Amino acid sequence: MIISNLELIPGKRVTKHLGLVQGSTVRSKHVGRDFMAGLKNIFGGELKGYTELLQDAREEAVSRMTEQASSIGANAILNVRFSTSSITSGAAELFAYGSAVIME
Amino acid sequence: MFDFIVFLVLLALGYGFGQYFERRHYQSIREREQELKDILIIQTKIIPRDYTNHHDTFIVNGSVVISVDYFKRFVAGLKNLVGGRITPYETLLDRARREAILRMKEEAHASGAKVILNVKYEICSIYKGRRNQIGSVEALAYGTAFQATKQTLGGS
Repeated sequence: MIISNLELIPGKRVTKHLGLVQGSTVRSKHVGRDFMAGLKNIFGGELKGYTELLQDAREEAVSRMTEQASSIGANAILNVRFSTSSITSGAAELFAYGSAVIME
Repeated sequence: MFDFIVFLVLLALGYGFGQYFERRHYQSIREREQELKDILIIQTKIIPRDYTNHHDTFIVNGSVVISVDYFKRFVAGLKNLVGGRITPYETLLDRARREAILRMKEEAHASGAKVILNVKYEICSIYKGRRNQIGSVEALAYGTAFQATKQTLGGS
């Protein structure tokens, strides 16, 4: 599966467009991380736990998108975009979407 | 009275550690930017013609969650009353974006890519403190990387 945020892949030709595919996940942190975040809110600096959590969640969103794409027979996803939105102060939604195509 | 003392202590801790962490972070950002300056970012969607032999393209991303300290949040709260430039948040967002770009470049470097195309930024405030003030923001940068050799068209 080729995943790219370009509209064209050089040297390859799109033979069929299969429409939009998307994947999303909503994650929240556990109490331990929340406590550390509270401390960091006093001292400032990077919240490593959150960075990892959101990276994991983003991978999950991408894998859901990929699953959807392969279930409709695509072998590439083009023009992929990511988006993050905080639902409440405890949880965030990670969303990935793109255009599924068949390439040769 | 006790509350006021706690508040002052938090303010002092925030000021001390916040300034220290920020200075250290900026220093590390500058060093790594110097190390990774060979990796080029081109904001087009098409691979420029002078790059030949390109192989697979793949997506690379970098992200960071960064938090503002207590002192800065207090200053920003005061600035909110009079309006104008809020410098504490400017440096926060600047650090987050530059760190995200650096992590993306590190990922590209690890896979041997030299060029990144079509980079997009995404920023989101993920933690809000009391009175809806920004606690921490997440910056994400992503783009398409590829390995290539550059043709010499009169110059390097």
